[in-house]
Amino acid sequence: MYAQLVKTAGTGVKTREEMSDDERNFQDRVDRDEKIEPKDWMPDDYRATLIRQIGQHAHSEIVGQLPEGNWITRAPTLERKAILLAKVQDEAGHGLYLYCAAETLGVTRDELTEELLSGRMKYSSIFNYPTLNWADIGAVGWLVDGAAIMNQVPLQRTSYGPYSRAMIRICKEESFHQRQGYDIMMKMAQGSDAQRKMAQDALNRFWYPSLMMFGPSDKDSVHSAQSLAWKIKIDTNDELRQRFVDQTVPQAKYLGLTIPDEHLKWNEERGAHDFSEPDWTEFFNVIKGKGPCNVDRMEARVAAWEDGAWVRDGLLAHARKTSAARTAAE
Amino acid sequence: MADNDALFEFLLRLGDNSLILGHRVSEWCGHSPVLEEDIALANTALDLIGQTQMWLGLAGEVEGKGRTADDLAFLRDAWDFRNVLLCELPNGDFGQTLMRQFLYDAWSQIMLGHLTQSTDARVAEIAAKAAKEVAYHVERSGDTVIGLGDGTEESHARMQAALDYLWPYVGEMFDGDAVDAAMTKAGIAPDPASLREDYDALVRDVLRKATLTVPTDVFHHKGGRTGYMHTEHLGHLLTQMQWLQRAYPGATW
Amino acid sequence: MSKEWPLWEVFIRGQHGLNHRHVGSLHAPDAEMAIKNARDVYTRRNEGVSIWVVEAVHIAASSPEEKGPLYEPSNSKVYRHPTFFDIPEDVGHM
Repeated sequence: MYAQLVKTAGTGVKTREEMSDDERNFQDRVDRDEKIEPKDWMPDDYRATLIRQIGQHAHSEIVGQLPEGNWITRAPTLERKAILLAKVQDEAGHGLYLYCAAETLGVTRDELTEELLSGRMKYSSIFNYPTLNWADIGAVGWLVDGAAIMNQVPLQRTSYGPYSRAMIRICKEESFHQRQGYDIMMKMAQGSDAQRKMAQDALNRFWYPSLMMFGPSDKDSVHSAQSLAWKIKIDTNDELRQRFVDQTVPQAKYLGLTIPDEHLKWNEERGAHDFSEPDWTEFFNVIKGKGPCNVDRMEARVAAWEDGAWVRDGLLAHARKTSAARTAAE
Repeated sequence: MADNDALFEFLLRLGDNSLILGHRVSEWCGHSPVLEEDIALANTALDLIGQTQMWLGLAGEVEGKGRTADDLAFLRDAWDFRNVLLCELPNGDFGQTLMRQFLYDAWSQIMLGHLTQSTDARVAEIAAKAAKEVAYHVERSGDTVIGLGDGTEESHARMQAALDYLWPYVGEMFDGDAVDAAMTKAGIAPDPASLREDYDALVRDVLRKATLTVPTDVFHHKGGRTGYMHTEHLGHLLTQMQWLQRAYPGATW
Repeated sequence: MSKEWPLWEVFIRGQHGLNHRHVGSLHAPDAEMAIKNARDVYTRRNEGVSIWVVEAVHIAASSPEEKGPLYEPSNSKVYRHPTFFDIPEDVGHM
């Protein structure tokens, strides 16, 4: 997901006997679906895990601007250009909301940015794949945003108040993203032979990376169990992946496109689709920096940050001068 | 020049200005110095794309050959573009982009103010909508020019360099020709030269607050709004912008 | 001195005349830019007609430990709510 492989701090779920009074009160509040707010007592591990998770989520939004931004200047009509620009702008907004949520936990946006640029914090593996033809913009909206929404809708109920409120705002705004992606796919699938070829090519390249977005199976992970108990994770990776596949198969069929998985079939007994696992070796390579676009993505972010330093400093210096002059005049 | 042809030309000038500048601004998306600025620049670009759709849409209607705003944007070659050179200049650093934006916004705000009084109701209507958007653009770009001009030593130097580079492209916005004469005569648009006084008042006030020095050389480049001679930059911009429409003619997107 | 732009809390009054409501935060070098940034970040979908910004460090907040003494005493003052009083239906709307 946008927050993949987030390492949960601590040693796993404690029994009630192992918990301190504070920890027990805290867990009771979470169990009652009370929201935890910034000034409330919270376990250090909960705070640390949330910073990692929200930070990674925010970084993903920001790096996620790049593959789609890649086509803003080549969008084929004025309307498509406007829609795509508005969408990529939303990603910047979502990154901003999430950084602000993380800041309530006692870390600054600049600190988180430094962590991203130094490679100490990650972003979603999906944004290390290239967008090569216009249908990729459709596929990103349809599949990548589709997968993201699958995770983000339940996160609106997450236990941490500021995170939950950011997710509510994000989900409200995201609702047009997946639809605009599918809309592009429909136009392409119903278009010329060349356009259909682009659409199939996009699906071929984005299918497995989309499945990877949910992360490897975590049904036996003690860390995930802790995050689930804290309600900063709501479903397991496998549950979300299954839901995504089941939702997407009929959509692909409607488009007349073929999902690149010969083992994909409906399983009557389970009431769900059987499907092939993505190549997890590739996934771990991408996480380690060996994806097709890792280097380019980081270079773009570093350039924006470093080339922009004089602008941030300049505007701040002016604001301080003005405020000093105002104080002196009073 | 027949009035209808002149009106078509005039509308292309307005539409191409917003199209090309909007395109340039959209190149920043995902690369700005800070998230808040990234979002603000995207808003500016979106407004400009919207204005393009209205001006070029009306241009196609006036021309009467069934061309849409998209046809005009994606299927004309460089010599048919009528934007001022200022709009097609490369982004440079963030300061150069914002300086270009301010120098254009100031002109645009004054021009649109006059166009809301146009004898052509369609022009007046588009201008009224665009004027509200541009009133905000000029406030934002003006404040940023002031903040960076009067910021640190480095930001001041960069803004002065941007102004020195861009100033020779300002004059073209006030040039007039037969198209403008026809527009003025019909009461559709003002004589461009008549906007200069208000422009100088607004721009010099902001540049003074920004502690920047306005170049004294009165020379200016031209060739954009007549299409006679664009910069080399426009061709590259169009190559990118028009790629899909050119490579797959007739496709629906 | 920190080189990071200060954090501002943003409050927006929507179309329908309700109170300003906290919608989120952002960074800006000063109040004027904070209002502009709020306009660009938080009113992209026509959400508001009026914006307040407050630098986050200037917000004083109640502390969670005082939750009991601060809020629980009002639980027992049920007579402050109109539903506490039974008015016969014959009297009509009140």
